[in-house]
Amino acid sequence: MELHDVWFVLIAVLWTGYFFLEGFDFGVGVLTKLLARDRKERRVLINTIGPVWDGNEVWLLTAGGATFAAFPEWYATLFSGFYLPLLLILVCLIVRGVAFEYRAKRPEEKWQTNWEHAIFWTSLLPALLWGVAFGNIVRGVKIDAEMEYVGSLGDLVNVYSVLGGLVTLTLFTFHGAVFTALKTVGDIRDRSRRLATSLGLVTAVLALVFLVWTQVSRGDGKSFVAVIVAVLALVAALGFNMVGREGWAFALSGVTIAAVVAMLFLTLFPNVMPSSLNEEWNLTVANASSSPYTLKIMTWCAAVATPIVLLYQGWTYWVFRKRIGTQHIADAH
Amino acid sequence: MDLALAPETLARWQFGITTVYHFLFVPLTISLAALTAGLQTAWVRTENDKYLRATKFWGKLFLINIAMGVVTGIVQEFQFGMNWSDYSRFVGDIFGAPLAFEALIAFFFESTFIGLWIFGWDKLPKKIHLACMWMVSIGTVLSAYFILAANSWMQHPVGYRINEERGRAELTDFWLVLTQNTALTQFFHTMTAAFLVGGAFMAGISAFHLARRKHIPVMRMSLRVGLVTVVLAGALTAVSGDLLGKVMFKQQPMKMAAAEALWDGEAPAPFSIFAYGDVDAGHNKVAIEIPGLLSFLANDDFTSYVPGINDVNKAEQEAFGPGDYRPNIPVAYWGFRWMIGFGMASFGIGLLGLWLTRRKFLLPPGLRTGDDEAPRLVLFRNKALSPRFTKWYWIVALWTMAFPLIANSWGWIFTEMGRQPWVVYGVLRTRDAVSPGVSQGEVIISMTVFTLLYAVLAVIEVRLLLKYVKAGPPELTESDLNPPTRIGGDDKDADRPMAFSY
Repeated sequence: MELHDVWFVLIAVLWTGYFFLEGFDFGVGVLTKLLARDRKERRVLINTIGPVWDGNEVWLLTAGGATFAAFPEWYATLFSGFYLPLLLILVCLIVRGVAFEYRAKRPEEKWQTNWEHAIFWTSLLPALLWGVAFGNIVRGVKIDAEMEYVGSLGDLVNVYSVLGGLVTLTLFTFHGAVFTALKTVGDIRDRSRRLATSLGLVTAVLALVFLVWTQVSRGDGKSFVAVIVAVLALVAALGFNMVGREGWAFALSGVTIAAVVAMLFLTLFPNVMPSSLNEEWNLTVANASSSPYTLKIMTWCAAVATPIVLLYQGWTYWVFRKRIGTQHIADAH
Repeated sequence: MDLALAPETLARWQFGITTVYHFLFVPLTISLAALTAGLQTAWVRTENDKYLRATKFWGKLFLINIAMGVVTGIVQEFQFGMNWSDYSRFVGDIFGAPLAFEALIAFFFESTFIGLWIFGWDKLPKKIHLACMWMVSIGTVLSAYFILAANSWMQHPVGYRINEERGRAELTDFWLVLTQNTALTQFFHTMTAAFLVGGAFMAGISAFHLARRKHIPVMRMSLRVGLVTVVLAGALTAVSGDLLGKVMFKQQPMKMAAAEALWDGEAPAPFSIFAYGDVDAGHNKVAIEIPGLLSFLANDDFTSYVPGINDVNKAEQEAFGPGDYRPNIPVAYWGFRWMIGFGMASFGIGLLGLWLTRRKFLLPPGLRTGDDEAPRLVLFRNKALSPRFTKWYWIVALWTMAFPLIANSWGWIFTEMGRQPWVVYGVLRTRDAVSPGVSQGEVIISMTVFTLLYAVLAVIEVRLLLKYVKAGPPELTESDLNPPTRIGGDDKDADRPMAFSY
């Protein structure tokens, strides 16, 4: 296995980490409107991710930085090509981060309501847009011989990519509902579980169509295994959720996300961004990667740092392991 | 294409706006993280309540500020690919590595431990909770180091070779990129300047409360911490600035010649106090100068030769082909002066404050005040300042909060604009670095969106800061004084409201 193949896998791992962790953050953001009945319940939901959302978001920055370092051509083509959708995602991430931190800093009703609207929309939009973006990457976009994206904004909106977006949106919301069922107590926990069941069924239908479509058009044996894993894990997550085994349900909704990401990356390989104009112009792990020396340094860094990151992020989840309910939210502000 | 709307010009404006904006929050974050950690350490060691109240007060302001620092930083990570794709292709092999290191080593660190610190007051034993704040502080410093190493490579590329076949620069020595003198001096200078910001912030806000005779024990102590930070950081900023200047004279003579509006090389070369000139003709019409000082700043020797703008321009034309290799001279010249002027002013005001509020043993007994009284400002041995001058000092100290921020911004504008027309000095020109596939319209949209969004958020942030500054340090509660003894919180507190919730 060459180093640029290793880095393809590592970048897939970083995106998996991002979607696993930020997936339920986005889901919780969407649930603040779907699930919570009043402000206090909304605050319970927001506080389930309070101490961890910032660290979860760094997985995206790391995936971006690692792509820049390991596959500069990919980084350049992707972010200059998907310019306006990325701009929208960035605006959402900016507003969302500020919304979490500032919402409770003033007591006024209007102030808090505005930030709560912001949390909902800035969680929903990136959850949708990341799926659209990955749908387009897998499907192939108009890339010319100079590795430049030459399509328009409209080219990024098509049935397949929008379906991809709906899959990530529903999957993340399901993942979020399973997460809040795991992290809360009382009435809100029961409602989370019930909502997770219906969200899971919608997700299952959409994901099945999307995965079969992807498998039929560009899959192979390995990606088929990923499809099977994704479907089984989703069904099992639904089952565990219904019988109230929330830890298992959450782990398995995470496995579903990992399997979907794995499926997408498996169908990409050895390309990183195929061209829909001419196969000769595909960006591949070979023609988009950095030099062996850079990849070697980066491999050392990732090999040393990643386990440590997992260790202390895992510890954070352990520190805040207790479930929370409305009684844990102070009345002030 | 009209230069004002050329993709290069638009992309430069956008990068300038977003980066200057980001760097308003960064230095305050770096310094307040360390200062808050220091105050919390003082509380853990002495168990004196005033340190805990100070930790909570400055910590709250720190959190309001870091939220903006984090979200404006996200944009920076992707902007290279969006607007500068040809740059990203050309230098990604080198430039991407410190960015990825920064994310893996520093961003994870600070973002994870900040969550633990914010929510950990009733979940972590106090020493572990304190360690979390130090981790945040270390994370901010590491992050600055990696990103400055990346920037320094653009100022002075080392440890690379040009791969003609792939049409890009490739890394050959990463250690050199991380340890070259440009990176080390730039890091030193940026850190000291960051602490100048934090020190002035603390001193200014303490002055505001002391002038009103409010929250005296906490603010009296904070004033001292702030002033000492200002003076130490100010002195070190001057030292590091001199070191960085000497590095720049060797590596980027054009930048330093532009900083001094020195058109033609001279030996000895004078330091310019004020100049007004004609850029097209390449000379000054008015020049007030100190003879020999520039030679000394450049080479530690009052008589040595320093090349001028016209000389360097000619040399670069011979080396890189025809073209204009001069940066925007007025921006470089005045940027350099505003940086030094505002930086030194805050240092001077800090030094004066430290003397005016000097320790008890340097004061006659009649002018000494207790820890719960506002300090008397004493300029000469036996005489306190009149109420009017006292009031003026507090007002000046309050406004001085802004000075290091202005100095920091101008310092970066000078550094970055002084390097034009190069994006990687001597290797890649800015106009060859923009994204060829991104349209004018797209850049205009993103620039407008970022500018408006940032402006709105800035107003919101400043108003929040004002609200919490005016509120002063919080009263301590039962749970503040009884931190948990086990990780995850004590069982007896299981149904109590959380010490902090969003």
